[in-house]
Amino acid sequence: MKEAFDFVEMKLPAKSEFVGVLRLTISGLANRMGFSYEEIEDLKVATSEAITNAVNHAYYDEDSGEVTIGFGLYEDRLEVMVADRGGSFDLKEVREQIGPYDDGESVEEMREGGFGLFLIDALMDKVEINNNHGVIVIMTKFLYENEVGQSDDQISTTQ
Amino acid sequence: MNLHIDDHLEQELGVLKLSGEIDAYTAPQLKDKLLNLVEEKPKVEVDLLKVSYMDSTGLGVFISALKLSKEKDHEFKLINLQENVYRLFNITGLNEVITIENTIEGEMS
Repeated sequence: MKEAFDFVEMKLPAKSEFVGVLRLTISGLANRMGFSYEEIEDLKVATSEAITNAVNHAYYDEDSGEVTIGFGLYEDRLEVMVADRGGSFDLKEVREQIGPYDDGESVEEMREGGFGLFLIDALMDKVEINNNHGVIVIMTKFLYENEVGQSDDQISTTQ
Repeated sequence: MNLHIDDHLEQELGVLKLSGEIDAYTAPQLKDKLLNLVEEKPKVEVDLLKVSYMDSTGLGVFISALKLSKEKDHEFKLINLQENVYRLFNITGLNEVITIENTIEGEMS
């Protein structure tokens, strides 16, 4: 049997002034699904990180395109998909850059970016990145944190 | 969805009081102001009491400011962070390298 869910889709110009609009939207959707205040904060940061990446790619590509965001509202989880068509993205490079700050690094060598994907992974329960046609980030947050063990934090990639 | 920046300048000390949200849209103006201030003043404080939202673009701005402050041998610190904002410094380990004072305990249910 097919799992029932509601789907919401929006397209935003790939410009930084619309990142806040996505935050308002996800707050509204997550609130009506029953996520806690803290979980909604996590969702706001994670989706902002994903759309900020997409906006930055569009900027570097000098192609002011649009970003498509899909929200799958399931009974037990919210899936957010952020798709940035046509943007190129070196997945290997990105994965090498992520991670928390390491005490061994000197301040001079600290990177100023690259925390985005790390935060998405830390704040969501499941993250998938697809790099076939542009970049698609699919991230999931479950509603019943306390009932089901969701220790399987993971980033999986399909190329 | 804006960021308001108030500056209070003394002889040796510069304080930026921020209110609003720090994201990809508002971070560039903050970076500009903050780096100028760190360049000029031996002590700089950024008051985040009224910052309700921040993401990794904000972390990037504060890392730049920290680097510049070390170069200049100036002091740089963040004060009055809301719990949800402090959390990002904690998750990324940046709370170990940036001076942070006075975290505000939010009411997390």
